[in-house]
Amino acid sequence: MLTKRIIPCLDIKDGRTVKGINFENIRDAGDPIELGALYAEQGADELVFLDITATNERRKTLSALVTEIARHVNIPFTVGGGISSVDDVSVLLQSGADKISVNTSAFKNPGLVDELSRQFGSQCIVLAIDTRFEGDDWYVYLNGGRVKTEVKAYDWAKEAVERGAGEILLTSMNNDGTRQGFALDITGKLAQNLNVPVIASGGAGTMEHFVDVFQTAQADAALAASIFHYKEIEIPALKNFLYQKNINMRF
Amino acid sequence: MKTVIVKYNAGNIRSVQFALERIGVNGIVTDNVEEIRAADKVIFPGVGEASTAMAYLKERRLDQVIKDLKQPVLGICLGMQLMCKHSEENDTECLGIFDSNVKKFESPVANLLKIPQIGWNNITNLHSVLFEHVPENSYMYFVHSYYAALGADTVAITNYVINYTSALQKDNFYGVQFHPEKSAAAGSRIIENFLNI
Repeated sequence: MLTKRIIPCLDIKDGRTVKGINFENIRDAGDPIELGALYAEQGADELVFLDITATNERRKTLSALVTEIARHVNIPFTVGGGISSVDDVSVLLQSGADKISVNTSAFKNPGLVDELSRQFGSQCIVLAIDTRFEGDDWYVYLNGGRVKTEVKAYDWAKEAVERGAGEILLTSMNNDGTRQGFALDITGKLAQNLNVPVIASGGAGTMEHFVDVFQTAQADAALAASIFHYKEIEIPALKNFLYQKNINMRF
Repeated sequence: MKTVIVKYNAGNIRSVQFALERIGVNGIVTDNVEEIRAADKVIFPGVGEASTAMAYLKERRLDQVIKDLKQPVLGICLGMQLMCKHSEENDTECLGIFDSNVKKFESPVANLLKIPQIGWNNITNLHSVLFEHVPENSYMYFVHSYYAALGADTVAITNYVINYTSALQKDNFYGVQFHPEKSAAAGSRIIENFLNI
C-alpha cells in the first residue's frame, strides 16, 4: 500500500539552509547536503530544497549544489525557487534533481506548466501555491507571499493539474510559522478533488497536526521545516506515532 | 567489472550513476553499441514516454542490441516497461523480452487512485536473486502511470488498488518498476545484488 510521505523542507540561501518564519526573519539552520543526508537516514520520504538566493550567480551555484545533493542523498528530492524557464528545469534535472517546483512563473505564464510536463513528464513537475484565506476563500499569492491575486487557490490548482502538473505543494500563509496545525479545509478540498498528490505545508507544530492533515484532510504528504531543523519533532518518532494511529508509513 | 548505463532520451541517468558511485562502482553512460556489448553489467534506466523512447532506440538499432545481450541487464521504470511486449502508452510495440503487457492505471472510482502513483509502496512475493537480504514488504520509491500486468516472469508484486508487477526476471534480464537508485538503503541493496550476479 502506498504510504503517506513526510517531507522536510530546506530553504537555501547562498548554499546554506535557512528558514523564514512567516516568510521573514530568516535564520541559519545548517548545511543543506549534510542536513539532507541526515534526514534521509532518519527516514524522511522525500526532501524539498527551496532556493531563495537572489543574486546573479544563483543559477550556477544552485545547479552545483543540486549535483552534490544528488550525489549524497538516496531518496527523491524536489528543487524550487525562482524557476521560470524550460532551460532552468532542464539544467536542474540534468544536475540530478528528481522534480522541480514552479510557483509565480507558472501563475504568470500557465503555458509553462504544459510545456514542462510535455517535455519532462508530469511526474517531475510540482506546482507550488502560496495561499491565504481572506474574507470568503483561499487566494493565490505570488512572489513568496508578497503579491496578492484575485484567483482562488482551488481554481488555479485545478487548472494547473489539467495543464500537466503532477503534484501540488500547497502552503497556507495563515498557518505557516504559527505551529497551530495545517490548513485542513483548503488542503482537504484539493486532496479530495484533484487527481494528483497534494503536499500540505505550513503550520506543523505537533505530531497530532500530521495525523489531522493525513486523516481529516487526506493529504498525500506533509511538509515541514523548522520543527525538524530545530529537532522539536524527530522523524523516526513522528513516523512511529503516525503508524500507531493507523497511518501507513515507510520504515 | 565494467558497468554501463544505456544512454537514451530518457531521464534520471545521473541518479543511477550517483547510486552506483555511492557503492563504489563507476557507471559508464554510453549509447555506443560496442561498449554496451562488451560490458559486464548493463543498466537500462528511464523516465519518459514509451513510444518516443522506443523510436529513439530503433533509430540507433539499440533495440536489437539490448535484446541480444547475454550479460545481466537491469531495466528500471520505463526501461523495465520497454522490455515487455507491448505498452498501452501510445500503443507501443516494445522489446518483447518479458512476457507481460503494460497497461494504464485506471481508477475504479473517480479520484480513488491518483495517477501517476507517486511515493513509497511495498514489494511482496519476492522471487529473485535481486532481493537477497531484502525483506518481504520492503518499501520502494515508485513514480508511474503505467504498470506491467502479472505474468510468468513476475518476481515481485505491489498493490495499488490492483496487484501488479513490480519486478520481472527472465534468463539474464531483470526489470524493476520502482527506482532502486532513489529507494534509500533497501534500493541500494538491490543494485548491489544485481552487480553481484
